[in-house]
Amino acid sequence: MSTITYREACRQAIRAALQADPRCFVMGEDVGRYGGCYGVTKGLLEEFGPQRIRDTPLAENGIAGAGVGAALAGLRPIVEIMTCNFSLLALDQIMNNAASLAHMSGGQFAVPLVIRMATGGGRQLAAQHSHSLEGWYAHIPGLKVLVPATVEDARHMLAAALADPNPVLIFEHIVLYNAEGELDEAVSAVDIEHAKVRRSGTDISLVTYGNSLPKCLAAADELATAGIQAEVIDLRVLRPLDSATVIASVRRTHRCLIVDEGWRSGSISAEIAARVADEALYELDAPLRRVCSAEVPVPYAAHMEAAALPQVADIVAAARALVSPAG
Amino acid sequence: MADFLMPSLGADMETGKLVQWLVKPGDRVKFGDVVAVVETHKGAIDVEIFLDGVIDNLAPLDQEVPVGTVLATVRQSGETAAPAVAAVAPAAVAAPVPVITEVSAEPARSAANVGRIRISPAARQRAQQLGVELAALAGRGTGEGGAVCLRDVEAAVSRHPAEATAATGSDVHRGFDPAQMRQAIAAAMGRSKREIPHYYLTDSIDFGAAAQWLAAWNAERPPEQRLLPAVLLLKACARALLAYPQFNGFYEDGGFRAAAGIHPGWAVSLRGGGLVAPAIHDADRQTLPQLMTAMRDLVQRARAGSLRSSELADPSITLTNLGERGAESVLGVIYPPQVAIIGFGRVQPRPWVVDGQLAVRPLLNVSLAADHRVTDGHLGGQLLAGIGDALQHPDTL
Amino acid sequence: MDKDEVMALVGKVLAGIAPEADLAGVGDDEDLRAALDLDSMDFLNLIIGLSQGSGVAIAEKDYPRLFTLQGIRDYLSA
Repeated sequence: MSTITYREACRQAIRAALQADPRCFVMGEDVGRYGGCYGVTKGLLEEFGPQRIRDTPLAENGIAGAGVGAALAGLRPIVEIMTCNFSLLALDQIMNNAASLAHMSGGQFAVPLVIRMATGGGRQLAAQHSHSLEGWYAHIPGLKVLVPATVEDARHMLAAALADPNPVLIFEHIVLYNAEGELDEAVSAVDIEHAKVRRSGTDISLVTYGNSLPKCLAAADELATAGIQAEVIDLRVLRPLDSATVIASVRRTHRCLIVDEGWRSGSISAEIAARVADEALYELDAPLRRVCSAEVPVPYAAHMEAAALPQVADIVAAARALVSPAG
Repeated sequence: MADFLMPSLGADMETGKLVQWLVKPGDRVKFGDVVAVVETHKGAIDVEIFLDGVIDNLAPLDQEVPVGTVLATVRQSGETAAPAVAAVAPAAVAAPVPVITEVSAEPARSAANVGRIRISPAARQRAQQLGVELAALAGRGTGEGGAVCLRDVEAAVSRHPAEATAATGSDVHRGFDPAQMRQAIAAAMGRSKREIPHYYLTDSIDFGAAAQWLAAWNAERPPEQRLLPAVLLLKACARALLAYPQFNGFYEDGGFRAAAGIHPGWAVSLRGGGLVAPAIHDADRQTLPQLMTAMRDLVQRARAGSLRSSELADPSITLTNLGERGAESVLGVIYPPQVAIIGFGRVQPRPWVVDGQLAVRPLLNVSLAADHRVTDGHLGGQLLAGIGDALQHPDTL
Repeated sequence: MDKDEVMALVGKVLAGIAPEADLAGVGDDEDLRAALDLDSMDFLNLIIGLSQGSGVAIAEKDYPRLFTLQGIRDYLSA
């Protein structure tokens, strides 16, 4: 066991991928000389050289398109999009090409592209750099959408993503980069198919992902002091969604609170709620409920930003209301 | 191909449980046949079919299903057998392009919620497994918003383990559960008082002529052919309703719809509590002896919990008669979506002025509670006068 | 009909009208209609049952004499 930051785990993952496979390379804005906007690729240019750590122009559609082309041609590109809001400029390549070509070619072409993006709010980056768009991307068939929330997933999901013949998007939460966690050296790989129970409980399932995971775990600690045993599910993968793990948890707890930093309307949280209602209605002993971000562009001012994003107190209050409304 | 649906046996019924089929797939059925038995809070109801043809695709027994659920299909003459799905699919395909209108969901939802216990899906299922009557859980919810949740069901079982668990199995259980019926009455009457602007009228009727006529009729006949005063009241009301059809029908979708016939619901109090008001069909067209037979049969079957679906679905107005040991007068509560209820108190001797002279006469208090959205007191007064007039000429009834 | 036969008949007829009724708890001079909560239809059915079971014609004007168990015994065994 060693303690490591999430950022360092991401960097180790990229380094290991570059070492393991000569077809693998990194490209993106400021990934080389500057070391990445969030410092993830710091030092890699010196270690692997400019052929494999490539700084690109500020042109996301071009970067993503080059990534699709490289993947089609047999390489294993790791594209970094600085923050997920910029990925909107690359949406045409991601959705119309990366996600579609395998289907349009009848399986003749695979697009083994990995795109890493920073996501989420909480660092006062205001309305244009604080989005949580992973739920949007989870709407698109042909993509896989990963949301690592632990150092272990940050360290090992990349290898699984590169091994997958489909385009895979990895959303790294900007608040998590500085988070520290224990990395078990005995673990050498993780799957990118299943959600995980991060804490067992009997009274309510808190279903979440990304930076809302530590918030839910903190909320579960607080709920435990009030005698409420919350089970915390880390989705890990938003597409394909592992509903079976969620449903199994709801069958144990009979209550479900979904915590999602995305906006509520039309969100992945709505999709999860719909699946629970569909597959486990008769297991529910309380309404399905969600804690999501306020439906506003994320504010800049710290107190307003905090008010707009899901917080531990919101999760605790919502869970208590579902479990023991009188108390 | 036509569908045979779970009937609505009154505004207070949302679901029913099919407990017995009296026909087999492929049997020929005709209009008015009793084909199935459905359990409701008003007892086991013999359900009639109002289709002619060959019945098929019978739904499985012992499932609680919403009103309107397809229970079987009926192939009408000229049609050939088709698979079950074909009965549904063409209608869906042929449906016109829907017109999208903005409708507030609120009123519909609140109406649908009337009488529906607030209970979590898991608790509802658990209660069913344990045989706990939902009525026993009403008001005991400790969940969010007072909803009944799993722990409340478990608590109910530990409170009354023997009582709470009802017998299961597909035996047709005749009779009814007083607690369930009480809940249904509460829901229907609560809705009535919330939604219907009642107005009330009362009048005194000299029952002397009717009593005299009855005594003479009954004196010549053995007990089984004798008539009760109630039959005269029923017929007099039916007669008056012919002249004032605005009281005989339903308030639905913001307007009044007159009933197709005069089918008064006759309020029958049940031994052990509760009441039910099944229809006496076409009361205006039946003779007094016919009405007496119908009423005796209806009371007997209502108390045995063995009514027919049309008797619960069709009442177009309610009549309540307190009888010889009842109170002097009654002001009724309308059973929605009906628009009126007529009540009769006890006949009793009273001082009364006849032709300018004080006399002792048997007097009968009659009352009308009616829906002000449909009629006004002026018309209501005319209806009561019509009933009083009819009772002055019992030989014409 | 002797008094025991009358009582057996009353019990049998009432069982069909008010199955839960317990005749043992009804006093001889108590009004059956009040004691057993019989309405006019129930009472008419009682009269029909008694008349058919005993073969005794019961006039409507005599009904008040059959309001009690004592009255019924006297009327039918007379």
